[in-house]
Amino acid sequence: MFFGERLIGVISPLLLLIVWEALVRFQVISPQFFPAPSSIIEALIKLSRSGELWSNVSASLHRLVLGFIIGGVPALVLGIIMGLSRPIRLFIDPLIASTYPIPKSALLPLVLLIFGLGENSKIAMVAMGVFYPVIMNTVTGVLQIPKIYFDVSSNFGASPWKIFRTVALPGAAPFILTGVKLGVGMGLILIAIAEMVGADSGLGYMIWNAWQLMDVEVMYVGLLVIAFLGFVFTLLLDELERWFLPWRKTM
Amino acid sequence: MPTKISLSNLSKSFPSRSALITAIDNVSLDISSGTFCVIVGPSGCGKTTLLRIAAGLESKTSGDLSIVREDLKRPLNAMVFQGDSIFPWMSVWDNAAYGLKMRGAGAGEIREVVSHYLDRTGLLRFAEYFPHQLSGGMRQRVSIARAFANDPEVLLMDEPFSALDEQNKLLLQEELLRIWEEHKKTVLFITHSVDEAVTLGDKIVVMTASPGRIKAVVDINLPRPRNILELRRDPEFGELVFQIWGYLRAEVDAARARAS
Repeated sequence: MFFGERLIGVISPLLLLIVWEALVRFQVISPQFFPAPSSIIEALIKLSRSGELWSNVSASLHRLVLGFIIGGVPALVLGIIMGLSRPIRLFIDPLIASTYPIPKSALLPLVLLIFGLGENSKIAMVAMGVFYPVIMNTVTGVLQIPKIYFDVSSNFGASPWKIFRTVALPGAAPFILTGVKLGVGMGLILIAIAEMVGADSGLGYMIWNAWQLMDVEVMYVGLLVIAFLGFVFTLLLDELERWFLPWRKTM
Repeated sequence: MPTKISLSNLSKSFPSRSALITAIDNVSLDISSGTFCVIVGPSGCGKTTLLRIAAGLESKTSGDLSIVREDLKRPLNAMVFQGDSIFPWMSVWDNAAYGLKMRGAGAGEIREVVSHYLDRTGLLRFAEYFPHQLSGGMRQRVSIARAFANDPEVLLMDEPFSALDEQNKLLLQEELLRIWEEHKKTVLFITHSVDEAVTLGDKIVVMTASPGRIKAVVDINLPRPRNILELRRDPEFGELVFQIWGYLRAEVDAARARAS
Protein backbone atom coordinates (compact mmCIF):
# COMPACT_ATOMS: atom_id res chain seq x y z
CA MET A 1 0.00 0.00 0.00
CA PHE A 2 2.73 2.41 1.09
CA PHE A 3 4.95 1.26 -1.74
CA GLY A 4 2.04 1.69 -4.17
CA GLU A 5 1.53 5.27 -3.09
CA ARG A 6 5.22 5.99 -3.48
CA LEU A 7 5.07 4.56 -6.98
CA ILE A 8 2.28 6.95 -7.94
CA GLY A 9 4.51 9.83 -6.89
CA VAL A 10 7.25 8.65 -9.25
CA ILE A 11 4.96 7.98 -12.20
CA SER A 12 3.91 11.56 -12.90
CA PRO A 13 7.36 13.13 -13.37
CA LEU A 14 8.49 10.09 -15.33
CA LEU A 15 5.47 10.37 -17.58
CA LEU A 16 6.18 14.05 -18.13
CA LEU A 17 9.73 13.29 -19.23
CA ILE A 18 8.60 10.58 -21.63
CA VAL A 19 5.92 12.77 -23.20
CA TRP A 20 8.38 15.64 -23.42
CA GLU A 21 11.01 13.49 -25.12
CA ALA A 22 8.43 12.11 -27.55
CA LEU A 23 7.07 15.56 -28.43
CA VAL A 24 10.57 16.76 -29.31
CA ARG A 25 11.42 13.64 -31.32
CA PHE A 26 8.20 13.92 -33.34
CA GLN A 27 8.97 17.61 -33.79
CA VAL A 28 5.76 18.78 -32.14
CA ILE A 29 7.67 21.25 -29.94
CA SER A 30 10.85 23.04 -30.81
CA PRO A 31 14.09 21.85 -29.23
CA GLN A 32 15.21 25.45 -29.38
CA PHE A 33 12.91 26.20 -26.45
CA PHE A 34 12.38 22.77 -24.96
CA PRO A 35 15.39 20.58 -25.66
CA ALA A 36 14.73 16.87 -25.17
CA PRO A 37 15.48 15.48 -21.69
CA SER A 38 18.05 13.18 -23.27
CA SER A 39 20.02 16.11 -24.67
CA ILE A 40 19.81 17.94 -21.32
CA ILE A 41 21.31 14.89 -19.63
CA GLU A 42 23.98 14.82 -22.29
CA ALA A 43 24.84 18.45 -21.55
CA LEU A 44 24.86 17.68 -17.83
CA ILE A 45 27.39 14.89 -18.33
CA LYS A 46 29.54 17.06 -20.56
CA LEU A 47 29.53 19.93 -18.06
CA SER A 48 30.38 17.71 -15.14
CA ARG A 49 33.22 16.04 -17.10
CA SER A 50 34.75 19.39 -17.97
CA GLY A 51 34.54 20.43 -14.32
CA GLU A 52 32.57 23.54 -15.20
CA LEU A 53 29.48 22.32 -13.36
CA TRP A 54 31.36 21.53 -10.15
CA SER A 55 33.14 24.86 -9.97
CA ASN A 56 29.80 26.65 -10.38
CA VAL A 57 28.01 24.43 -7.86
CA SER A 58 30.76 24.90 -5.31
CA ALA A 59 30.80 28.68 -5.82
CA SER A 60 27.04 28.83 -5.19
CA LEU A 61 27.21 26.46 -2.23
CA HIS A 62 30.02 28.45 -0.67
CA ARG A 63 27.97 31.67 -0.86
CA LEU A 64 24.84 29.91 0.36
CA VAL A 65 26.53 28.46 3.42
CA LEU A 66 28.28 31.70 4.37
CA GLY A 67 25.13 33.75 3.79
CA PHE A 68 23.18 31.27 5.84
CA ILE A 69 25.50 31.58 8.81
CA ILE A 70 25.81 35.36 8.57
CA GLY A 71 22.04 35.85 8.26
CA GLY A 72 20.75 32.93 10.28
CA VAL A 73 22.82 33.03 13.48
CA PRO A 74 22.09 36.69 14.40
CA ALA A 75 18.43 36.11 13.48
CA LEU A 76 18.29 33.17 15.85
CA VAL A 77 19.92 34.95 18.76
CA LEU A 78 18.02 38.20 18.28
CA GLY A 79 14.76 36.28 17.77
CA ILE A 80 15.12 34.48 21.08
CA ILE A 81 16.03 37.67 22.91
CA MET A 82 13.01 39.39 21.38
CA GLY A 83 10.80 36.47 22.38
CA LEU A 84 12.03 36.64 25.96
CA SER A 85 11.99 40.40 26.47
CA ARG A 86 8.88 42.39 25.76
CA PRO A 87 10.59 45.83 25.68
CA ILE A 88 13.22 44.66 23.21
CA ARG A 89 10.49 43.06 21.10
CA LEU A 90 8.48 46.27 21.04
CA PHE A 91 11.61 48.19 20.10
CA ILE A 92 12.75 45.99 17.21
CA ASP A 93 9.42 44.74 15.85
CA PRO A 94 8.61 47.88 13.83
CA LEU A 95 12.00 47.73 12.14
CA ILE A 96 11.35 44.20 10.98
CA ALA A 97 7.72 44.75 10.05
CA SER A 98 8.61 47.75 7.90
CA THR A 99 11.58 46.23 6.06
CA TYR A 100 10.20 42.72 5.61
CA PRO A 101 7.78 43.57 2.74
CA ILE A 102 10.59 44.99 0.55
CA PRO A 103 11.34 42.34 -2.08
CA LYS A 104 14.91 41.33 -1.37
CA SER A 105 15.58 41.03 -5.10
CA ALA A 106 14.77 44.72 -5.48
CA LEU A 107 17.63 45.48 -3.13
CA LEU A 108 20.22 43.92 -5.41
CA PRO A 109 21.38 47.21 -7.03
CA LEU A 110 21.80 48.76 -3.60
CA VAL A 111 23.65 45.70 -2.33
CA LEU A 112 25.94 45.80 -5.37
CA LEU A 113 26.60 49.45 -4.69
CA ILE A 114 27.47 48.82 -1.07
CA PHE A 115 29.27 45.49 -1.28
CA GLY A 116 30.65 45.66 -4.80
CA LEU A 117 30.60 43.07 -7.54
CA GLY A 118 32.56 40.45 -5.63
CA GLU A 119 31.59 37.64 -3.28
CA ASN A 120 30.27 39.89 -0.54
CA SER A 121 27.22 41.12 -2.43
CA LYS A 122 26.10 37.54 -3.14
CA ILE A 123 26.60 36.49 0.45
CA ALA A 124 24.74 39.58 1.66
CA MET A 125 21.75 38.76 -0.55
CA VAL A 126 21.50 35.23 0.86
CA ALA A 127 21.96 36.53 4.40
CA MET A 128 19.08 38.98 4.00
CA GLY A 129 16.83 36.31 2.59
CA VAL A 130 17.57 33.94 5.47
CA PHE A 131 17.40 36.56 8.20
CA TYR A 132 13.70 37.38 7.98
CA PRO A 133 12.05 33.97 8.05
CA VAL A 134 14.41 32.79 10.80
CA ILE A 135 13.91 35.79 13.09
CA MET A 136 10.15 35.91 12.62
CA ASN A 137 9.67 32.21 13.26
CA THR A 138 12.02 32.27 16.23
CA VAL A 139 10.11 35.09 17.93
CA THR A 140 6.82 33.24 17.38
CA GLY A 141 8.45 30.05 18.60
CA VAL A 142 9.55 31.56 21.90
CA LEU A 143 6.22 33.31 22.44
CA GLN A 144 4.23 30.10 22.09
CA ILE A 145 6.19 28.30 24.84
CA PRO A 146 3.73 27.81 27.73
CA LYS A 147 4.57 30.12 30.63
CA ILE A 148 4.66 27.24 33.08
CA TYR A 149 8.03 26.05 31.67
CA PHE A 150 9.59 29.40 32.48
CA ASP A 151 8.05 29.18 35.97
CA VAL A 152 9.61 25.75 36.42
CA SER A 153 13.06 26.85 35.33
CA SER A 154 13.06 29.92 37.54
CA ASN A 155 11.70 27.87 40.46
CA PHE A 156 14.58 25.46 39.98
CA GLY A 157 17.04 28.33 40.03
CA ALA A 158 18.07 28.42 36.37
CA SER A 159 20.27 31.36 35.37
CA PRO A 160 19.21 33.50 32.38
CA TRP A 161 21.70 31.66 30.20
CA LYS A 162 20.33 28.30 31.33
CA ILE A 163 16.75 29.45 30.76
CA PHE A 164 17.84 30.35 27.24
CA ARG A 165 19.47 26.98 26.69
CA THR A 166 17.06 24.64 28.46
CA VAL A 167 13.70 26.32 27.79
CA ALA A 168 13.70 29.05 25.14
CA LEU A 169 15.93 27.34 22.57
CA PRO A 170 14.48 23.82 22.69
CA GLY A 171 10.93 25.12 23.16
CA ALA A 172 11.19 27.28 20.05
CA ALA A 173 13.21 24.74 18.04
CA PRO A 174 10.32 23.40 15.93
CA PHE A 175 9.45 26.93 14.83
CA ILE A 176 13.10 27.81 14.27
CA LEU A 177 13.48 24.82 11.99
CA THR A 178 10.45 25.92 9.99
CA GLY A 179 12.12 29.32 9.64
CA VAL A 180 15.33 27.69 8.47
CA LYS A 181 13.42 25.70 5.84
CA LEU A 182 11.79 28.85 4.54
CA GLY A 183 15.18 30.55 4.65
CA VAL A 184 16.74 27.84 2.47
CA GLY A 185 14.10 28.44 -0.19
CA MET A 186 14.65 32.17 0.01
CA GLY A 187 18.43 31.74 -0.15
CA LEU A 188 18.20 29.67 -3.34
CA ILE A 189 16.00 32.27 -5.02
CA LEU A 190 18.32 35.11 -4.10
CA ILE A 191 21.59 33.37 -4.95
CA ALA A 192 20.29 32.66 -8.46
CA ILE A 193 19.28 36.29 -8.94
CA ALA A 194 22.46 37.70 -7.44
CA GLU A 195 24.70 35.52 -9.59
CA MET A 196 22.98 36.62 -12.77
CA VAL A 197 24.29 40.14 -12.32
CA GLY A 198 27.97 40.84 -12.28
CA ALA A 199 29.17 37.38 -11.35
CA ASP A 200 31.59 35.10 -13.10
CA SER A 201 30.77 31.89 -11.29
CA GLY A 202 27.85 30.08 -9.70
CA LEU A 203 24.71 28.42 -10.96
CA GLY A 204 22.95 31.72 -11.57
CA TYR A 205 25.90 32.84 -13.67
CA MET A 206 25.83 29.56 -15.57
CA ILE A 207 22.16 30.01 -16.47
CA TRP A 208 22.59 33.64 -17.42
CA ASN A 209 25.68 32.92 -19.50
CA ALA A 210 23.85 30.13 -21.30
CA TRP A 211 21.08 32.55 -22.19
CA GLN A 212 23.58 34.94 -23.69
CA LEU A 213 25.19 32.16 -25.71
CA MET A 214 21.77 30.71 -26.60
CA ASP A 215 22.94 27.44 -25.11
CA VAL A 216 19.49 26.22 -24.11
CA GLU A 217 20.57 22.81 -22.78
CA VAL A 218 22.92 24.42 -20.27
CA MET A 219 20.12 26.66 -19.05
CA TYR A 220 18.08 23.57 -18.27
CA VAL A 221 21.04 21.91 -16.59
CA GLY A 222 21.32 24.95 -14.28
CA LEU A 223 17.64 24.75 -13.37
CA LEU A 224 17.85 21.04 -12.79
CA VAL A 225 20.85 21.38 -10.47
CA ILE A 226 19.25 24.20 -8.45
CA ALA A 227 16.10 22.11 -8.03
CA PHE A 228 18.24 19.18 -6.95
CA LEU A 229 20.09 21.32 -4.39
CA GLY A 230 16.79 22.47 -2.91
CA PHE A 231 15.63 18.88 -2.72
CA VAL A 232 18.83 17.77 -0.95
CA PHE A 233 18.59 20.65 1.56
CA THR A 234 15.02 19.65 2.39
CA LEU A 235 16.10 16.06 2.99
CA LEU A 236 19.00 17.20 5.17
CA LEU A 237 16.76 19.44 7.26
CA ASP A 238 14.21 16.65 7.72
CA GLU A 239 17.04 14.46 8.93
CA LEU A 240 18.22 17.25 11.23
CA GLU A 241 14.70 17.49 12.64
CA ARG A 242 14.67 13.81 13.50
CA TRP A 243 18.03 14.25 15.19
CA PHE A 244 17.39 17.38 17.18
CA LEU A 245 13.69 17.08 17.90
CA PRO A 246 13.13 13.44 18.83
CA TRP A 247 10.58 14.59 21.39
CA ARG A 248 8.00 15.76 18.90
CA LYS A 249 4.82 13.71 18.72
CA THR A 250 4.59 13.99 14.96
CA MET A 251 7.91 12.26 14.38
CA MET B 1 9.75 20.93 66.31
CA PRO B 2 11.15 24.34 65.27
CA THR B 3 9.26 26.51 62.85
CA LYS B 4 10.17 25.92 59.20
CA ILE B 5 7.79 28.13 57.26
CA SER B 6 6.49 31.28 58.83
CA LEU B 7 3.80 33.56 57.41
CA SER B 8 3.05 36.78 59.24
CA ASN B 9 0.32 39.15 58.10
CA LEU B 10 0.90 38.07 54.52
CA SER B 11 -1.26 39.98 52.05
CA LYS B 12 -1.46 40.10 48.29
CA SER B 13 -3.64 42.29 46.12
CA PHE B 14 -3.89 42.64 42.36
CA PRO B 15 -4.88 45.78 40.56
CA SER B 16 -7.89 45.14 38.34
CA ARG B 17 -9.73 47.51 36.02
CA SER B 18 -11.92 49.10 38.65
CA ALA B 19 -10.40 48.33 42.02
CA LEU B 20 -7.75 46.49 43.96
CA ILE B 21 -8.62 42.83 44.37
CA THR B 22 -7.36 41.27 47.57
CA ALA B 23 -6.35 37.67 47.00
CA ILE B 24 -4.73 37.00 50.36
CA ASP B 25 -5.67 39.00 53.42
CA ASN B 26 -3.48 39.07 56.49
CA VAL B 27 -2.57 35.42 56.71
CA SER B 28 -0.40 34.38 59.65
CA LEU B 29 0.70 30.79 60.05
CA ASP B 30 3.62 28.83 61.46
CA ILE B 31 4.47 25.45 60.04
CA SER B 32 6.92 23.43 62.06
CA SER B 33 9.72 21.43 60.54
CA GLY B 34 8.70 18.06 59.11
CA THR B 35 5.02 18.92 58.91
CA PHE B 36 2.90 17.91 55.95
CA CYS B 37 0.68 20.97 55.83
CA VAL B 38 -2.33 21.03 53.52
CA ILE B 39 -4.23 24.15 52.58
CA VAL B 40 -7.83 23.62 51.45
CA GLY B 41 -10.15 26.27 50.19
CA PRO B 42 -12.72 27.02 47.51
CA SER B 43 -11.39 27.94 44.09
CA GLY B 44 -10.30 31.55 43.90
CA CYS B 45 -9.37 31.76 47.57
CA GLY B 46 -5.79 32.69 46.77
CA LYS B 47 -4.24 29.41 47.83
CA THR B 48 -2.27 29.06 44.61
CA THR B 49 -1.12 32.68 44.93
CA LEU B 50 0.11 31.90 48.43
CA LEU B 51 2.11 28.96 47.14
CA ARG B 52 3.55 30.99 44.27
CA ILE B 53 4.72 33.60 46.76
CA ALA B 54 6.40 30.85 48.76
CA ALA B 55 8.02 29.60 45.54
CA GLY B 56 9.37 33.06 44.76
CA LEU B 57 7.36 33.22 41.55
CA GLU B 58 5.18 36.06 42.72
CA SER B 59 5.71 39.06 44.95
CA LYS B 60 3.80 39.77 48.14
CA THR B 61 2.05 43.06 48.78
CA SER B 62 2.75 43.23 52.51
CA GLY B 63 3.61 41.06 55.46
CA ASP B 64 6.19 38.33 55.40
CA LEU B 65 6.77 34.77 54.35
CA SER B 66 10.00 33.14 55.33
CA ILE B 67 11.47 29.68 55.05
CA VAL B 68 14.12 28.73 57.57
CA ARG B 69 17.28 27.57 55.88
CA GLU B 70 19.18 24.75 57.58
CA ASP B 71 21.63 23.80 54.89
CA LEU B 72 23.11 26.48 52.68
CA LYS B 73 23.85 24.01 49.91
CA ARG B 74 20.21 23.02 49.52
CA PRO B 75 17.71 25.06 47.52
CA LEU B 76 14.98 26.76 49.50
CA ASN B 77 12.04 25.14 47.75
CA ALA B 78 10.98 22.97 44.85
CA MET B 79 7.52 23.03 43.41
CA VAL B 80 5.29 20.37 41.91
CA PHE B 81 3.03 22.27 39.55
CA GLN B 82 -0.58 21.70 38.70
CA GLY B 83 -0.97 20.10 35.28
CA ASP B 84 1.75 19.35 32.77
CA SER B 85 4.99 21.00 33.76
CA ILE B 86 7.72 18.59 32.73
CA PHE B 87 9.67 19.68 29.67
CA PRO B 88 8.45 17.88 26.54
CA TRP B 89 11.92 18.23 24.97
CA MET B 90 13.74 16.37 27.73
CA SER B 91 13.77 12.67 28.53
CA VAL B 92 12.33 11.49 31.83
CA TRP B 93 15.85 11.29 33.20
CA ASP B 94 16.82 14.81 32.17
CA ASN B 95 13.57 16.17 33.55
CA ALA B 96 14.14 14.53 36.92
CA ALA B 97 17.74 15.76 36.95
CA TYR B 98 16.78 19.33 36.02
CA GLY B 99 17.06 20.95 39.46
CA LEU B 100 20.33 19.22 40.26
CA LYS B 101 21.82 20.25 36.91
CA MET B 102 20.69 23.84 37.33
CA ARG B 103 22.53 24.11 40.61
CA GLY B 104 25.61 22.43 39.25
CA ALA B 105 25.57 19.15 41.16
CA GLY B 106 28.27 16.63 40.31
CA ALA B 107 27.63 13.88 37.76
CA GLY B 108 27.94 11.16 40.40
CA GLU B 109 25.45 12.81 42.74
CA ILE B 110 23.00 13.37 39.89
CA ARG B 111 23.21 9.74 38.82
CA GLU B 112 22.70 8.44 42.34
CA VAL B 113 19.88 10.78 43.37
CA VAL B 114 17.94 10.69 40.12
CA SER B 115 18.03 6.93 39.81
CA HIS B 116 16.87 6.66 43.42
CA TYR B 117 13.78 8.82 42.89
CA LEU B 118 12.99 7.40 39.46
CA ASP B 119 13.13 4.01 41.09
CA ARG B 120 10.86 5.13 43.92
CA THR B 121 8.32 6.45 41.42
CA GLY B 122 8.55 3.34 39.23
CA LEU B 123 9.98 5.29 36.32
CA LEU B 124 13.49 3.88 36.07
CA ARG B 125 12.54 1.71 33.09
CA PHE B 126 11.21 4.77 31.33
CA ALA B 127 14.25 6.98 31.94
CA GLU B 128 14.94 7.40 28.22
CA TYR B 129 11.30 8.06 27.29
CA PHE B 130 9.98 11.44 26.29
CA PRO B 131 6.93 12.90 28.05
CA HIS B 132 4.61 12.44 25.09
CA GLN B 133 5.16 8.70 25.38
CA LEU B 134 3.89 8.67 28.99
CA SER B 135 0.43 8.78 30.55
CA GLY B 136 -0.71 11.77 32.59
CA GLY B 137 -0.08 9.90 35.84
CA MET B 138 3.46 9.02 34.83
CA ARG B 139 4.18 12.58 33.79
CA GLN B 140 3.11 13.80 37.21
CA ARG B 141 5.35 11.18 38.80
CA VAL B 142 8.26 12.70 36.89
CA SER B 143 7.33 16.08 38.28
CA ILE B 144 7.33 14.66 41.81
CA ALA B 145 10.66 12.90 41.26
CA ARG B 146 12.11 16.17 39.93
CA ALA B 147 11.06 18.07 43.05
CA PHE B 148 12.29 15.43 45.51
CA ALA B 149 15.57 14.93 43.63
CA ASN B 150 16.35 18.61 44.05
CA ASP B 151 16.39 18.02 47.82
CA PRO B 152 14.88 21.36 48.82
CA GLU B 153 14.33 22.73 52.33
CA VAL B 154 10.58 22.63 51.70
CA LEU B 155 8.37 21.03 49.05
CA LEU B 156 5.56 23.03 47.52
CA MET B 157 2.72 21.24 45.76
CA ASP B 158 0.00 22.98 43.84
CA GLU B 159 -2.92 20.57 43.37
CA PRO B 160 -0.56 18.08 41.76
CA PHE B 161 -3.18 15.36 41.36
CA SER B 162 -6.19 17.39 40.32
CA ALA B 163 -5.92 16.50 36.64
CA LEU B 164 -5.69 12.76 37.29
CA ASP B 165 -8.46 10.18 37.36
CA GLU B 166 -9.57 8.73 40.71
CA GLN B 167 -7.52 5.52 40.49
CA ASN B 168 -4.32 7.23 39.46
CA LYS B 169 -4.83 9.86 42.11
CA LEU B 170 -5.02 7.18 44.81
CA LEU B 171 -1.86 5.48 43.56
CA LEU B 172 0.07 8.72 43.42
CA GLN B 173 -1.06 9.81 46.88
CA GLU B 174 0.20 6.49 48.18
CA GLU B 175 3.54 6.89 46.39
CA LEU B 176 3.89 10.46 47.56
CA LEU B 177 3.41 9.42 51.19
CA ARG B 178 5.87 6.56 50.81
CA ILE B 179 8.58 8.82 49.38
CA TRP B 180 7.84 11.55 51.87
CA GLU B 181 8.24 9.10 54.79
CA GLU B 182 11.92 8.66 53.86
CA HIS B 183 12.98 12.15 54.94
CA LYS B 184 9.81 13.83 56.22
CA LYS B 185 10.50 17.13 54.57
CA THR B 186 8.26 20.05 55.34
CA VAL B 187 5.50 20.14 52.72
CA LEU B 188 3.04 22.83 51.79
CA PHE B 189 0.35 21.17 49.73
CA ILE B 190 -2.61 22.89 48.08
CA THR B 191 -5.81 21.07 47.24
CA HIS B 192 -9.54 21.60 46.92
CA SER B 193 -10.23 18.02 47.96
CA VAL B 194 -11.03 17.49 51.64
CA ASP B 195 -10.45 13.74 51.27
CA GLU B 196 -6.99 14.34 49.91
CA ALA B 197 -6.20 16.82 52.66
CA VAL B 198 -7.11 14.41 55.46
CA THR B 199 -5.39 11.50 53.73
CA LEU B 200 -2.07 13.29 53.39
CA GLY B 201 -1.81 16.00 55.99
CA ASP B 202 -0.60 16.51 59.54
CA LYS B 203 -2.11 19.93 59.64
CA ILE B 204 -4.98 21.29 57.58
CA VAL B 205 -5.53 24.96 57.01
CA VAL B 206 -9.01 25.88 55.78
CA MET B 207 -9.17 29.13 53.86
CA THR B 208 -12.12 31.42 53.26
CA ALA B 209 -13.43 32.42 49.86
CA SER B 210 -11.91 35.60 48.47
CA PRO B 211 -10.29 37.42 50.07
CA GLY B 212 -8.35 34.43 51.34
CA ARG B 213 -8.08 34.32 55.11
CA ILE B 214 -7.51 31.46 57.49
CA LYS B 215 -10.81 30.07 58.68
CA ALA B 216 -9.62 27.13 60.74
CA VAL B 217 -6.53 25.05 61.44
CA VAL B 218 -7.09 21.38 62.16
CA ASP B 219 -4.39 18.99 63.39
CA ILE B 220 -4.64 15.49 62.01
CA ASN B 221 -3.32 12.88 64.36
CA LEU B 222 -3.95 9.81 62.27
CA PRO B 223 -0.98 7.45 62.74
CA ARG B 224 1.79 7.17 60.17
CA PRO B 225 2.78 5.48 57.98
CA ARG B 226 -0.72 5.64 56.60
CA ASN B 227 -2.42 3.06 54.48
CA ILE B 228 -4.71 4.99 52.21
CA LEU B 229 -7.21 2.15 51.87
CA GLU B 230 -7.31 1.31 55.57
CA LEU B 231 -7.73 4.99 56.32
CA ARG B 232 -11.00 4.96 54.42
CA ARG B 233 -12.69 2.76 56.99
CA ASP B 234 -11.23 4.47 60.02
CA PRO B 235 -14.14 6.28 61.76
CA GLU B 236 -11.76 9.09 62.74
CA PHE B 237 -11.05 9.74 59.06
CA GLY B 238 -14.76 10.17 58.37
CA GLU B 239 -15.12 12.39 61.41
CA LEU B 240 -12.30 14.68 60.22
CA VAL B 241 -13.64 14.88 56.66
CA PHE B 242 -17.03 15.77 58.09
CA GLN B 243 -15.58 18.43 60.38
CA ILE B 244 -13.49 20.10 57.66
CA TRP B 245 -16.34 19.97 55.18
CA GLY B 246 -18.34 21.83 57.80
CA TYR B 247 -15.84 24.68 57.76
CA LEU B 248 -15.52 24.64 54.02
CA ARG B 249 -19.20 24.40 53.15
CA ALA B 250 -20.07 27.96 53.98
CA GLU B 251 -17.07 29.20 51.97
CA VAL B 252 -17.90 27.16 48.90
CA ASP B 253 -21.47 28.48 49.07
CA ALA B 254 -20.17 32.02 49.40
CA ALA B 255 -17.82 31.58 46.43
CA ARG B 256 -20.70 30.20 44.35
CA ALA B 257 -23.03 33.00 45.33
CA ARG B 258 -20.43 35.55 44.27
CA ALA B 259 -19.85 33.83 40.96
CA SER B 260 -23.53 33.77 39.97
